[in-house]
Amino acid sequence: MITRLGDKELKRQSRRQLLKLAPVAVLGVFAFPKVSDRLVAAGVRFSDWASGELFRSQHPAHTFSDSEVVPFAKFPYNYYDVVDPGVDLGKWTLTVEGDVQHPGEYTLAQIHALPKICQNTRHICVEGWDVVGSFGGASISDFLKLVGANTGARFLEVECADDYYESIDMASILHPQSLLCYEMYGQPLDRGHGAPLRLQMPTKLGYKQAKYLDTIRVTNVLRPDKTGYWEDQGYSWFGGL
Amino acid sequence: MSNEEESIEDSGEKQDTAPSPEPLPIAKPDAVEGTEAQPEILAAECAVVEVEVPSTEPVAAEEPELVRAAYEHPLPIRITHWVNAISLFVMVTSGLRIFRAFPSFGPKIPEKVLIEIPKSLTLGGWLAGALQWHFTFMWLFAAGGVVYVAYQVASGHFRTMLFTPGDIPGVWPMARHYFFFGPKPPATGQYNPLQKLAYTSTIGLGLLSLLTGLVLYKPTQFSWLAFLFGGFHLTRVWHFAAMCGFLAFIPGHLIMVLLHGWSNFYSMLSGWKRDPEYQE
Repeated sequence: MITRLGDKELKRQSRRQLLKLAPVAVLGVFAFPKVSDRLVAAGVRFSDWASGELFRSQHPAHTFSDSEVVPFAKFPYNYYDVVDPGVDLGKWTLTVEGDVQHPGEYTLAQIHALPKICQNTRHICVEGWDVVGSFGGASISDFLKLVGANTGARFLEVECADDYYESIDMASILHPQSLLCYEMYGQPLDRGHGAPLRLQMPTKLGYKQAKYLDTIRVTNVLRPDKTGYWEDQGYSWFGGL
Repeated sequence: MSNEEESIEDSGEKQDTAPSPEPLPIAKPDAVEGTEAQPEILAAECAVVEVEVPSTEPVAAEEPELVRAAYEHPLPIRITHWVNAISLFVMVTSGLRIFRAFPSFGPKIPEKVLIEIPKSLTLGGWLAGALQWHFTFMWLFAAGGVVYVAYQVASGHFRTMLFTPGDIPGVWPMARHYFFFGPKPPATGQYNPLQKLAYTSTIGLGLLSLLTGLVLYKPTQFSWLAFLFGGFHLTRVWHFAAMCGFLAFIPGHLIMVLLHGWSNFYSMLSGWKRDPEYQE
């Protein structure tokens, strides 16, 4: 495809074509931290929106046979503050608030009375590691029925005894594998794993699986800087798998 | 003045798109007869060009000396080249930061650190920052890749760079020239067989990065894809391997660009290559 043209003409053509490339220089704004911080945060919000759109509310996460589960000793204790916030297991109740017909305090016995689900699922940490564990508990969706929650609301907020907090989209909460988990490996949750009650949702990353549950709240509005302990520091809010 | 510009502009763009309405006469001999078909291809391309050339002549006639030049890189290719180059830089450096959070392909307990990645090679400051860059530029990288491939296919321009079985015999002579100072094989087209192999590989690496990245990002929603890659753990290995592939390509690419000088580099900015090595 060789053409012959005058030197000046070639230079002029080259300049014209070079200028057409100028819009790519817009990406240079990423070199300025004040701008790039906001742009990449917006990028994560966009990715979170796309993740919500991609989420299939009935599509099950892969489940594993008992032989594929890692031994209990190899299931990491991951904590952000303390391994044991010292919950008084005898007096513990779950506070239910927000858009529900029957707000108030619920005991572990009431949660045990709901149909029990046992599942071997993969727990994936945002850091990149994962473990296949064995979890038992009540479906969150069953519990929300018990408390007369408005499942048309958008979010479930949770607060924990170790001052951890989280908020989760309702579609993921209502997923059939999303548990109020009170057992691991057939034993009651130990203190390191969030006794007496934690979230266990195989469709979410590990940091969404709040431990030491204290309060849950059904709501349509999230507080701007209180969407989740790690999320408020820059991690993806959706955190979905 | 403006009329002349328009006419050259037009002819330039026609040259880019001309091969696409008639892919068979060009594609067929290439696929069937391999390298021997090269002169025919060039002849065919020449024939197309010759029809266009008169439109540039009124301008060219005013200049006493004519320069050989080729419009090698259409605008969409140049745009996606630079968008992809920037995205790839961000994806690799932020990706290394993400990998640093768990630099292993084994279990969490006991954790065996595979490689200690220096902070200075990474982007994002900490895991959350790196993920923000990764989750922003993944869209740009994907868009750049899709537009690049779509344009290559739709315009027929891919024939200049796609590695085909006919290029296989030319790989070794070129490698011998580059690495062992062997004789330089004659240039037959815009790219030599080794270049075609490298550029075509990057498309494969890009596709592998995107698909494995999709699995790591949404292993449950894309469980069928995770299965195809051999599960979550292996997908993480493939994703890392794709990056290693890019890291193998980039230094070679940059060294060759440096060795070939300004005119060659400038062509990826302006599209025009002055006095190309190959004959028409």
